[in-house]
Amino acid sequence: MLVTLVISTAAAEESPNLGQALDAETIARVDYAVLPNGDGLPEGSGTAVSGATVYRQNCMACHGEGGKEGINDRLVGGHDSLASERSVKTVGSFWPYATTIFDYLRRAMPYQTPGTLSNDELYAVTAYLLYINGIIGERDIIDAESLPRVEMPNREGFVWDYAPE
Amino acid sequence: MTDIDELPVAGNGLLDRRIFLRAGVAVSAAFLTAKATAVEREKWMSIPGEGMSGSGAPSAHESHIARAPIRSQPGTTGSGASWTPLQFLDGIITPSRLHFERHHSGIPDIDPDRHRLIIHGLVERPLSFSLDTLARYPTVSRIQFLECSGNSRASMAPEPVQGNCGQLHGLVSASEWGGVPLSVLLDEAGIKPEGKWILADGADAAIMSRSVPLDKVMDDAIVALYQNGERLRPSNGYPMRLFLPGWEGNMSVKWLRTIKVLDQPAMTRDETSKYSDLQADGVSTLFSFPMGVKSVITSPSPELTMSGPGIYQVSGIAWSGAGSITRVEVSADGGQSWADAALDEHVLSKSLTRFRSAWHWDGGAAIIMSRATDEDGNIQPTRTVVLEGRSPAAWYHCNGIQAWQVGADGEVANVYA
Repeated sequence: MLVTLVISTAAAEESPNLGQALDAETIARVDYAVLPNGDGLPEGSGTAVSGATVYRQNCMACHGEGGKEGINDRLVGGHDSLASERSVKTVGSFWPYATTIFDYLRRAMPYQTPGTLSNDELYAVTAYLLYINGIIGERDIIDAESLPRVEMPNREGFVWDYAPE
Repeated sequence: MTDIDELPVAGNGLLDRRIFLRAGVAVSAAFLTAKATAVEREKWMSIPGEGMSGSGAPSAHESHIARAPIRSQPGTTGSGASWTPLQFLDGIITPSRLHFERHHSGIPDIDPDRHRLIIHGLVERPLSFSLDTLARYPTVSRIQFLECSGNSRASMAPEPVQGNCGQLHGLVSASEWGGVPLSVLLDEAGIKPEGKWILADGADAAIMSRSVPLDKVMDDAIVALYQNGERLRPSNGYPMRLFLPGWEGNMSVKWLRTIKVLDQPAMTRDETSKYSDLQADGVSTLFSFPMGVKSVITSPSPELTMSGPGIYQVSGIAWSGAGSITRVEVSADGGQSWADAALDEHVLSKSLTRFRSAWHWDGGAAIIMSRATDEDGNIQPTRTVVLEGRSPAAWYHCNGIQAWQVGADGEVANVYA
């Protein structure tokens, strides 16, 4: 009896091995991951100058002129406010990694028409958000090389609760 | 028979719950009296009722039992949440239609024949699985809770926010989740030694993504296909979702599309700027994954008005991301004295546990509260303890003790005690 139980438990953990193999091109089409070290960033580039135009056309309706006073998340300011009673968490004051901006924009924005911005436009808006937060210059080129090197003001403001085994 | 007043187990009228069994004896005795009056029947007993149907629905008389409120970001309808009406439910299973919702860009209308789950990254063999394929894998099924990390956020407010139990705490639900252990699929793909995390992406318009440590994934993560015996509801990830027992709900990515094995977390927007915990000193905690031990009395609770002095059942739910609930205590005198509540039969790991106490309400003002303990010995903290060292802007992981103020008029209100 005991033997039977052991066998059936083992059988339940076996895989029928039905997964289909994938080629690199198929994977590339679904791989949105961008890491803090820049892994996964695509070709393309942009500056805050061109980003201002992309922002006005695609983002301003919800996030306001210059990233504030819109109907949705404020994107600028709040620097040095995190330890206060009235902390303001924005891309500039709170986000630890610049790569996350590009990653999130490519995944989810513009809210009503995600997936419509080109990589150049995504880099440009990323540059614009960094520029209005005083993190880079207006003509600094943001691309796969430079974005991971951008130092965010709150980069050291996080500790891990999870401890790897 | 023993008088009910002889059975107090804690202050202000908390009774031994066996009082309900004694009352049952008295009722049974009443049936022994012979009846002389002629039999009658109601109108719905006078004609055959409605026929069978392919799919059921709640009674029309229960149509007011609905998720509430429904809130979305300005200018959107699907970027927000809807709350489970806990005050109207009993047991531990949340009906699928009332399971709380938290979406980031609406509910996608996915064609299950086109949908694929793709596993790639640090694996020997990148693999693709269709829904039909996954349905052929050995399935596990468990009754477990899902709680949004932002549940009970109202308890951060300086003054008690008035609302019903669902509005205050309804971002928790429990279901029987059935699906394929993700470890089986990852083993098939072959994880490379440097693989330590996965990044899970959803097939929604926000391509919502979270990083999950591989040790949790290999321990008890499933690719859920079933919820309460049927295929997932669209609002719960149809045709497939990640389910991570006991961990903050946001990580159980719905409409699961890709799993990329990584050597590090991806630091996505939702795990850095959103589901992190800002402390009063300005430093934030990342990756606070398990949901803390917690309980709430669902009845009596606000909007369920008490109808005069007498014996009431005090009922609620308790849960912990650490495992099983071992004890729930109830107080009817604002926490001065406590008595153990009875736990319903189904005390399951990382699930909701239903507790019940008996209370003889004397009709006066009273404060009732519950306090849960889990198998690791974690005891539900007070609200004050939860708030210690927090920024006022940190609203995740609120598991403090909830107190309800019962007024002499029978109205129940949220109170800090």
